[in-house]
Amino acid sequence: MKKAILYLNQFFGQIGGEDKADFAPVIEEGLIGPAAELNKKLENAEVTHTIICGDNFMGSKQDEAVETILNFLEDKEFDIFFAGPAFQAGRYGNACGVICKAVKEKFGVPVVSSMHIENPGVEMFRKDVYIFQGGHSAAKMRKDVKTMATFGDKILSGEKLLPAEEEGYFPRGIRHQVWLESKKPASDRVVEMLVKKLNGEEFETELPIPKADRVPIASPVKDLSKATIAIVNTGGIVPVDNPDRIQSASATRWGKYDVSNMERLKGGEFKTIHAGFDPAAADANPNVIVPLDALRAYEKEGKIGKVHEYFYTTVGTGTTQAEAARMGKEIVEHLKEANVDGVIMVST
Amino acid sequence: MVKEIERAGFPIVQMANLVPVAKTVGSNKIVPTISIPYPLGDPNTPEEQQWKLRYHRVGVALDALTMDVQEQTVFDVKF
Repeated sequence: MKKAILYLNQFFGQIGGEDKADFAPVIEEGLIGPAAELNKKLENAEVTHTIICGDNFMGSKQDEAVETILNFLEDKEFDIFFAGPAFQAGRYGNACGVICKAVKEKFGVPVVSSMHIENPGVEMFRKDVYIFQGGHSAAKMRKDVKTMATFGDKILSGEKLLPAEEEGYFPRGIRHQVWLESKKPASDRVVEMLVKKLNGEEFETELPIPKADRVPIASPVKDLSKATIAIVNTGGIVPVDNPDRIQSASATRWGKYDVSNMERLKGGEFKTIHAGFDPAAADANPNVIVPLDALRAYEKEGKIGKVHEYFYTTVGTGTTQAEAARMGKEIVEHLKEANVDGVIMVST
Repeated sequence: MVKEIERAGFPIVQMANLVPVAKTVGSNKIVPTISIPYPLGDPNTPEEQQWKLRYHRVGVALDALTMDVQEQTVFDVKF
């Protein structure tokens, strides 16, 4: 029999309500609160331990909470980790996400939780954790626990996992290549979709674009003539030997290239490795994607203070939003370090 | 990527051919480009014209960085 461990907050761990929200983490052998229900529903594993931590403790002393809990787990055997369900409780959702992510990173086991769609934990951790769409309140406890257990059983038995939507968890932003049972080629499927669309019928896209989360508009550059401007591009412009081995599609890597001594990007020194378009134009004149020459002209005129020493590159085709977001965050660190004031992103 | 850079507080302008996609993913400042393989210079036109176009559109993008806009904005280009 495989083993599972469940994380609960102070309330569901039967320690107390809001007044006990500072409760420091403990690990108990056996089944507390919803752990009993989870254990009953799980067929391929038994729940051996319950971890309980106050929501505020996790919120305000996160590092300490995570470290304590990871230490608890160090000498335990377990094959899967559950947290919640957290329903619409925001702090609890955050806690479940934080601990699931940490446990997954440290121990490499699958981590499963459940939250209401409005729980901020969903947006924060859907990329890292299987978060099932759960109820609004504890009235849905049995149902949500069963959902988590059913999926846990499926993972543990090695059964084939279906896409997020079919399983019922929030999409993690990961794409998989799948072979359809029907063996119907993409060309037929797309034409069927088009016909449906033209007839005003419902159709289901195979490439859903995740709903946009909006970012507040950054404060504008105050004085362009003193500003350092950086170029980022998704058109795959790299030195001809592609030193960072950025992939031509579905990129997971990016590169930064020093142009501090260049007036323009020369064909033969730079090229595009983007697999989504005819590279001839950009190979001959990489400035059509990374307009270094134009920026240099504005630098000379004094319209801008300075062109940042580096430009940044990745390839946008087939790249998932999750990967793009991660690369974006990584590039941000470099922009901060260089005190860049404004960014031009050229996308292809 | 645009969003993560803007989320970190950097003013950013996206130069993109697929303006609706840039809008959907949540870019706040957008300057249109002329194509996917050659966003800023059509190789079928004379060098001089390519340069004029690139210089102009990059200039629009730079100005866009200084604008205090309240909503998603697609900036106009002349050529």
